[in-house]
Amino acid sequence: MADTPFLIGENMTGGYGPVDILHNCTIAVNKGEIAVIVGPNGAGKSTAMKATFGMLNLRGGRVMLDGEDITKLSPQARVRKGMGFVPQTHNIFTGMTVEENLEMGAFIRDDEVGIKETMEQIYGLFPILRQKRYQAAGELSGGQRQQVAVGRALMTKPSVLLLDEPTAGVSPIVMDELFDRIIEIARTGISILMVEQNARQALDIADKGYVLVQGANRFTDTGEALLADPEVRRSFLGG
Amino acid sequence: MATSTRNLLLFAGVALLFILTGLFQSWNLSLQILNIGILSAIMALGVNMQWGYAGLFSTGIVGSVALGGLAVVVVSAKPVPEGFAAGGWAVLGGLALGVAVIVAATLLYRAMKPGRLRALAVTALVVAGFFLYRYVFDQGVAAVEAFNPATYGNIGGFGLPSLLAWPVGAIFAGLGAWVIGKIALGLRSDYLAIATLGIAEIIVVVLKSEDWLARGVKNVTGLPRPWPVPYEVDLQADPEFVARVTGWGFDPITASTIFVKLLYLAIFGAVLLAIIWASERALNSPWGRMMRAIRDNEVAASAMGKNVTRRHLQIFIIGSAVVGLAGAMLTSMEGQLVPGVYSPLRFTFLIWVMVIVGGSGNNWGAVLGGLLLGWLWLAVEYLGPGLMGWLTAALPAGDLKTHLIDSAQHMRLVTLGIVLLLVLRFAPRGLIPEK
Amino acid sequence: MDFLNALVALLNFVVIPGVAYGSQLALGALGVTLIFGVLRFSNFAHGDTMAFGTAIVIMFTWLFQSWGISFGPLPTALLALPFGIAATAALVLATDAGIYKFYRRQKAAPIILVIVSAGVMFVMNGLVRLIIGVEERNFTDGARFLLDGNTFKAATGLAEPLVIKTTVAVTVVVAVICVAALFWFLQKTRTGKSMRAFSDNEDLALLSGINPDRVVQVTWIIAAALAVIAGTLYGLDKSFRPFVYFQLLLPVFAAAVVGGLGSPLGAIAGGYIVALSEVVLTYAWKKVATYVLPDSLAPDGLMQLLSTDYKVAVSFSILIIVLLFMPTGIFKGK
Ligand SMILES: Nc1ncnc2c1ncn2[C@@H]1O[C@H](COP(=O)(O)OP(=O)(O)OP(=O)(O)O)[C@@H](O)[C@H]1O
Ligand SMILES: [Mg+2]
Repeated sequence: MADTPFLIGENMTGGYGPVDILHNCTIAVNKGEIAVIVGPNGAGKSTAMKATFGMLNLRGGRVMLDGEDITKLSPQARVRKGMGFVPQTHNIFTGMTVEENLEMGAFIRDDEVGIKETMEQIYGLFPILRQKRYQAAGELSGGQRQQVAVGRALMTKPSVLLLDEPTAGVSPIVMDELFDRIIEIARTGISILMVEQNARQALDIADKGYVLVQGANRFTDTGEALLADPEVRRSFLGG
Repeated sequence: MATSTRNLLLFAGVALLFILTGLFQSWNLSLQILNIGILSAIMALGVNMQWGYAGLFSTGIVGSVALGGLAVVVVSAKPVPEGFAAGGWAVLGGLALGVAVIVAATLLYRAMKPGRLRALAVTALVVAGFFLYRYVFDQGVAAVEAFNPATYGNIGGFGLPSLLAWPVGAIFAGLGAWVIGKIALGLRSDYLAIATLGIAEIIVVVLKSEDWLARGVKNVTGLPRPWPVPYEVDLQADPEFVARVTGWGFDPITASTIFVKLLYLAIFGAVLLAIIWASERALNSPWGRMMRAIRDNEVAASAMGKNVTRRHLQIFIIGSAVVGLAGAMLTSMEGQLVPGVYSPLRFTFLIWVMVIVGGSGNNWGAVLGGLLLGWLWLAVEYLGPGLMGWLTAALPAGDLKTHLIDSAQHMRLVTLGIVLLLVLRFAPRGLIPEK
Repeated sequence: MDFLNALVALLNFVVIPGVAYGSQLALGALGVTLIFGVLRFSNFAHGDTMAFGTAIVIMFTWLFQSWGISFGPLPTALLALPFGIAATAALVLATDAGIYKFYRRQKAAPIILVIVSAGVMFVMNGLVRLIIGVEERNFTDGARFLLDGNTFKAATGLAEPLVIKTTVAVTVVVAVICVAALFWFLQKTRTGKSMRAFSDNEDLALLSGINPDRVVQVTWIIAAALAVIAGTLYGLDKSFRPFVYFQLLLPVFAAAVVGGLGSPLGAIAGGYIVALSEVVLTYAWKKVATYVLPDSLAPDGLMQLLSTDYKVAVSFSILIIVLLFMPTGIFKGK
């Protein structure tokens, strides 16, 4: 498809403290596509996502959104530019109801009617949330929480959504469900950049895949090609 | 090299303050301030162990100081046999009973399975125990306090040498720290600050209101001096001393007061140096390195299998004991226990400011802070009203003038608070930073 | 009859004072708990914030009195409250901008903020003394009683009087209004919800575009308002002395910790638990006991469990029990 990616974190180098965790790492996603990042635990996948979202100081590299350099912007400013992020952990407001979680997701919007509309769309996408709308999000099951988390991020109507292991701690059936929803979201034109532990299924739905090891790109290709690559299969997909 | 010159200069500067005070005010005052400054420096060393080495923040330093002071009364005050005979055993028995109830409740709590039954049993035991304790204790107190309340009304002390009270003061303060540390350490760091605030207030209230113990706000006076410090009157009556000092061209009365203060200076200085020596050694031992490792990264340290809470408890007890020691030394120098002086401002807040201004984590920093702020504090106390009077001399007598002169002491609060905030903000490592 | 007398004595000396004091503590603890929830440290300057606000309220009360303005049967201080709140809010906002903000930016450990707040506490304490001195101040005016003892005795024929001081009634009414307004704000308004969100999960709040500076400022303003109201009500009910307000810090903290730091509901429950325990344990029960027990069992002592000097020990013991058995408090704070 398009040659210039919609969102790209290019040659990112940096970490949380003096030690670099990312080394010249690049991740990108095209308009309306799904890009998946896989790799062993501690590879720096979450760190790469946070770097793309401006949550740590980069010593090198840049982040471009729709052709604009956003490297210097704060996470809040990026939200306003149309980016949404679902962190790996602590991704919901546990003490607030499901509906309040969604409302907080829409905090930067002030079109009352539009917010209601988006909320309806999200309830359409995740019907269980409508049922539990007045329940505290902390009292939901793992899978339901992930739905709340994704729903909250969708409330800003982002043009690109970053998901860090949306299926963590979720049963295989619910996982398939979630992947279906994610494909559905991508079809509406939202680009999705996602980290996944379930590499096989994720690469299956991915337009593009990245294999990160020790903070650097090891393999980058289409999802299909990565699934077919014997070396990737041996080292990262368990044969 | 440069840093050690700098440090020497800093100490020289402080020394100059004391010399100037001696020259322009009196040597007596200068030495008086110096002695109290050294005691403050010892307290600062104790606090530095807790805060500087371990990152523990206690708001109850005044409690340790007060416990040290109490130790002096218990150990060295004159016995009051009649008072003790009247109800001493009942009082002690009551207290022992109280402790026994707490121990029994703890054992019961541990022995029983969690549940409503346990809660009920423990509560019943504590309530019954409380009434039993009060019954025995109150009778004893009434009897003790009835005996000659104008002079005694308390159980008296052991009449032992005052010097002995110093380690006892350390033990008292250490025990207090053990109890509070057991409860509040290992939880959120704020909880220690809150709990120590409470225990310190309670200790001071006990000293103020338990007349049977140390006469409460009626104060205990006439505590003996620590060996080998003589009384001024005895020196003045000693022909040999008088002959010698007049030979040197001094007035015997001034000479006797200065001699006594110099003796205190020597003793306190020796204790200070001993503590610095010991804590420097401890700091550079594996134990001290582990302590700092824990402070700098608690998570990593506990991941490495270090029992962080236990280490914290150790250092908390040791630091409090050092403060208690200084508290005992202070009371035995003053020869009286006046619970009213134990204000959190003077003995908690001022000591932190000493540690933080001096340089947390550095023993010499704590000493420098102790001497410098000790000087400032007392100099302002002695000189402040005079200074304010001089500043306002041109004003006509009236409300404003009195208000300004009165406000000199409140300014001290504001000034110290601002100093603390400024140092924390702009020089958080203090005058002599940690190596 | 005796039983009714005992009941009235109980109401008069335990329940009513306990509820009034509990309301005052609850308002104070709410401030502490909100600050803790949003800024994540225990604010040692809260007691002195209460004192500062009350001092300003007293100054304005005096001013109004000198102008001959009064509030009918109600204390003039209520008219002065908005001015006290404005001045205190301005002070804490300035403190935040000049002092706390720096440490927030640095992501300093909570304990550093605790120490800083203690520094602020001493500055504020000194300021209060400079402004109004250290003496006791009474600034209660208006009608003294809503229900006075003699009227009650005449109406009921009981031997025991039931007294409701105006200040007690004012305390309870104002506290109820404040709590209701606060909960409405937190539950229903966007800003209130964003405060809860921020307190619940700071990082996610930032990712949702919530402006942290605004949340922090609103929190300070609310905490300041609650502190001034709590301090003024306490001062009206008892009297004003800077030192006493410093000592209120412990029961206020105890109330916040009992309820669970960060939980507003917990702070309210904690306030009443601490206050009622304090009153129950330091009240001389002799009077009530004489009514209910037969003469042969009449007590000879005061039947006071703890002398009032040891009030502080009550809050402390409650604090210790909570720390030992449920460190996150009744309402599961942080
Ligand atoms: N907040 C942090 N501060 C310091 N170091 C961190 C932090 N978060 C992660 N790290 C370190 O960065 C490295 C990469 O962590 P990261 O969370 O990015 O891995 P990941 O690929 O997402 O792993 P996982 O699959 O387990 O989620 C790890 O070595 C980790 O210890
Ligand atoms: Mg991760």
